[in-house]
Amino acid sequence: MKASTAEAVTCALSVRRAAKTDIPQVIALDERVTGLAKSAYWHDAFERFGQRGLHERFFLVAEAAEAEPGPRMLGFIVGEVRVWEFGSEPCGWVLALSVEPRARLHGIGQALFAAISSEFKQAGVGKMRTMVARDNRLHLLFFRSEGMMAGPYIQLEKEID
Amino acid sequence: MKLQISSRLAIFALLQLAAEPDRQLSVAGIGEKYGISSHHLAKVMHVLARAGLVRSVRGAHGGHQFCGNARRTTLLDVIELYENIGADVFPSVGDRTSEGRALREVLGEIDDIARATLGSITIATMLKLVERRRASGRRT
Repeated sequence: MKASTAEAVTCALSVRRAAKTDIPQVIALDERVTGLAKSAYWHDAFERFGQRGLHERFFLVAEAAEAEPGPRMLGFIVGEVRVWEFGSEPCGWVLALSVEPRARLHGIGQALFAAISSEFKQAGVGKMRTMVARDNRLHLLFFRSEGMMAGPYIQLEKEID
Repeated sequence: MKLQISSRLAIFALLQLAAEPDRQLSVAGIGEKYGISSHHLAKVMHVLARAGLVRSVRGAHGGHQFCGNARRTTLLDVIELYENIGADVFPSVGDRTSEGRALREVLGEIDDIARATLGSITIATMLKLVERRRASGRRT
């Protein structure tokens, strides 16, 4: 994608639900960002979050509204409403977020975040959560800039003996 | 957790300056708001200037001006100019025992979380938080 494409997305960006035909681009973007191809994972994620229980599961993609050379899909976000996990009242969980590296700092992440916030609100929840690795500076800075603070739960883990 | 006074002053000064990046503010003006001596604040500003976060402007309307990147400068970046967060490098009583090592592991976990938190909040994000506090203060 050329820089001009990235500039264009600030005024011509649309966010919509993902379609099955978007998944190859989701896989390619995720691989560019993480260095790992997870084809089976994303096809399964689309089945779970893009095809079932759509009133509380959301697989959204952002794309440049006008046709440009290169990939039109500029990012995606996945989330769902979760209820009563260890007593937690219903809240929206953001499970994945990715933005095309060459199109960052142009409001695409904000547009995806705003869109899923709006979906969560329409689904009747007033709070959203996510989980980010402590050393994932990019995601931490982004979610913080969107006003997210530490929540009342602590994530724990252990090596299984 | 507690921050050293210099770290707190530096954060307050940067917030004040970054909120009005086109204006120059005097050390006395900033100090007055937080009830701190100009002398102490001047030393703090000197460190911020050396780090390229503020510049001093001479003249009748001179003062200090923010010249950093508010979206890239985190609280941790600022604090580490004055102190080390969780850098407990000195040996403590009982360190060589299993109990001491277990305690160090738990305290290390707290330090890691503190560093991740401070490293994820930029000056720009802090300005949003300040504005939110101000707005909620107006509503009550």
